[in-house]
Amino acid sequence: MREVAIVAAGMTRFGELWQSSLRDLFVEAALEALSGAETDHVDGIYVGNMSGGQFVGQEHLGPLMADYLGMAGVAATRVESACASGGMALRAAFFDVASGASDLVLAAGLEKMNDGADVTAVLASAADQETEAYHGITFPGLYAMIARAHMEEYGTTDEDLAAVSVKNHAHGALNPKAQFRRKVTAEEVMNSSLVAAPLRLLHCSPVSDGAAAVLLCPLDRAKEFTDRPVRIMGTGAATGSMALADRQDPAFLDAVSLSAGRAYKMAGIKPSDVDVAEVHDCFSIAEICVTEAMCIVDRGKGGEAARSGFTSLGGKLPVNTSGGLKSKGHPVGATGIAQTIEIFEQLRGESGDRQVKDAHIGLAQNMGGSGASSVVHVFQRV
Amino acid sequence: MAGIVGYGAFVPRNRIKSEEIARQWGKDPETIRRGLLLEEKSVPGIDEDTITISVAAARSALDRAGIDPQKIGAVYIGSESHPYAVKPSGTVVADALGIGPEVHVADFEFACKAGTEAMFVAYGLVEAGKVEYALGIGADTSQGAPNDALEFSASAGGAAFIFGTRSTLADVVDTYSYTSDTPDFWRREGEFYPRHGGRFTGEPAYFKHVLAASRGMLEKTGLKAADFRYAVFHMPNGKFPLAAGKQLGFKKEQLETGWVVNTMGNTYSGSSPTGLAAILDVAEPDDLILITSFGSGAGSDSFVLRATAELPKRRGHAPTVRSMLDGRRRYLTYGEYAKVREKIIVNT
Amino acid sequence: MPSPRYWREIPNRYRLEASRCCGCGRVSYPPRRVCPSCGAQDWKATHLSPHGKVVTSTVVHVPPTDFLMEAPYAMAVVETPEGARLMVQVVDCDPDDVKPGTEVTLEFRLIRKEGLSGILCYGHKAVPV
Repeated sequence: MREVAIVAAGMTRFGELWQSSLRDLFVEAALEALSGAETDHVDGIYVGNMSGGQFVGQEHLGPLMADYLGMAGVAATRVESACASGGMALRAAFFDVASGASDLVLAAGLEKMNDGADVTAVLASAADQETEAYHGITFPGLYAMIARAHMEEYGTTDEDLAAVSVKNHAHGALNPKAQFRRKVTAEEVMNSSLVAAPLRLLHCSPVSDGAAAVLLCPLDRAKEFTDRPVRIMGTGAATGSMALADRQDPAFLDAVSLSAGRAYKMAGIKPSDVDVAEVHDCFSIAEICVTEAMCIVDRGKGGEAARSGFTSLGGKLPVNTSGGLKSKGHPVGATGIAQTIEIFEQLRGESGDRQVKDAHIGLAQNMGGSGASSVVHVFQRV
Repeated sequence: MAGIVGYGAFVPRNRIKSEEIARQWGKDPETIRRGLLLEEKSVPGIDEDTITISVAAARSALDRAGIDPQKIGAVYIGSESHPYAVKPSGTVVADALGIGPEVHVADFEFACKAGTEAMFVAYGLVEAGKVEYALGIGADTSQGAPNDALEFSASAGGAAFIFGTRSTLADVVDTYSYTSDTPDFWRREGEFYPRHGGRFTGEPAYFKHVLAASRGMLEKTGLKAADFRYAVFHMPNGKFPLAAGKQLGFKKEQLETGWVVNTMGNTYSGSSPTGLAAILDVAEPDDLILITSFGSGAGSDSFVLRATAELPKRRGHAPTVRSMLDGRRRYLTYGEYAKVREKIIVNT
Repeated sequence: MPSPRYWREIPNRYRLEASRCCGCGRVSYPPRRVCPSCGAQDWKATHLSPHGKVVTSTVVHVPPTDFLMEAPYAMAVVETPEGARLMVQVVDCDPDDVKPGTEVTLEFRLIRKEGLSGILCYGHKAVPV
């Protein structure tokens, strides 16, 4: 397999983007990436998107996006893995280039959530329809159950959950593309309205519109497009039990653990080698469980890591310097690519106020459903 | 001789007090309580209906019968509030209980006597030797219109009876039915609440049919009121069944066990059947029991039953009516009641 | 709810029908053709006991549209004596009283209906003992 690099990135703001349709979002992000590389040609496009069909009635996004990019004719397809669609699109693009089949491939992700769909019901389709959604569980409800199990097992507190939100908002306040650019206090978080006990409004990532895109090419051609390419060291993906009820330990994310292990192995690194990470904090508890499953912190210590500053900017291993899903926003299919872009910029030294000093190795973890799918990519400054 | 081989009842756990309803409409709670002899009534949850109540009651009946559900050859459910206007309740209940597919199923309606109708037909089929076992259920979640007298009494609950010929808990001695076209209480297609003829529902409707059916039953069997240990009549409110019982010569001690209405309310097709279940919960071998239902429109079904020696041995396999009436329950405000009974207009 | 999708699930929703793997003994609910634990494709039909214990739970305050009038409601993962787990609503109680370890019975209830004209969908819910 060839070595693969990311050479350009583009991203819309994340938020309630009333003026932009699904295809508008894609074109905006894709053009930014293409102009960043100063190219108007690609060999393939992978579009990560959870449910254009349910949100705006639009399937078949591969050809639609290629067409609207003025590239009808290019091989293009949608990649879906619920909220991990973006990361899986990156993975598919990576193998397309690594295999030698294609040279320039665009990996994009997008979601248009604010056009009037019943968002709660659409997101619940990432859970088990027949055994979970049928009975009235919601997405926040599933993570709330995970939170409760974690609190039972490890004594994790409401303060621990709040610490994650506070940290990520503090980071997001420094991100011009974030949906929410204001800090929040722990009191605000713990007094916000209940969504699914114990999770409150400010523990939950918002409903967002947005798109993100990165351009991949073989490492040995990267300098044609940028002075500072970022190498993809490894990719690892895994699935876990779809239904929360089928998991041995509801507080442990098996798929995250497996996918991280595979990514570390392929990259030839240990968790402690990671300098900066973007992880899937769809809900505060998710960041806690993910950092544990990825061995960034010990089992049960995820909350403490947020409270102590270990995972803050300036800490030992900054997590979610972008603001995370909580503050940056979570247009479902776009997230995996947006996480990639944050690491891409960190490793190139382009993160401004959010810059982690001497970041050499970065990681992005993207997760689907209540943790039934997870994909991890490890990146390296070249 | 055919009889009841298994019986069960179910009363939802929510309640609303008469005084709470009275308070809503600016009525004097004491007058209501004294006039109707009603303290509180059961309220079905938003997830309870005639089908779910029937399943719960029938599961208890199966537990007491101790038979393989596959042997039940007929399932009849009588109700005024079948969840579908077209699609039977009986098929859901049969499937839920593991009965069938070789089974005859039908839904019955005849205002409040639909339950005893289902029992009548189930009993008749077994007595005629057409099926080994048959299930007859009376269950309801019917409503009274807001600010109408019926709102104090219309409640939810039901009872299920499996008829067979072997190892009966109570034998059916005989039955008697009395029917005449009487427009005392009705509901037209598409209307949400029923309407009634006020005081016309008393003497020419309830009393005429309950008394005629009961007297016809006594005459047919040659029995007198004093021969019976228990009697239960349809209970539209607390007063009517006691008045009917008195007129027929029954004493308070004979009437009080089946008289569950003052804390349960009127469960329409489930009313006298649930009263019967409460009697079976305590009756002793050889006790004679009279049950007379009443359905507006109008008609009454009467049964005379004799408890067997098997009854005390098997009735412990399922909860008693009193344990459900007196056990864990939750009192609703009028607002919660209106929400759960879908009296609040929402977009569909 | 489209009819065929609902109808297919009736045996497991109405009667708690499950499968027991002949290879490792794991009980799966709903029944599975391939055992999720050992991958064996040999199984026997069984059914769950109508009672169990809460493993984890939550109280849903922001519901999907079909459940609007029921919120807030408790939801739980319940484990039955057979070792199978299922996701159910917990009713007839104060939702905040439902906690890991709560003992429950499973009762037949109406799970959902779509507006005034859709089919009625039944299944089981948990009630604290």
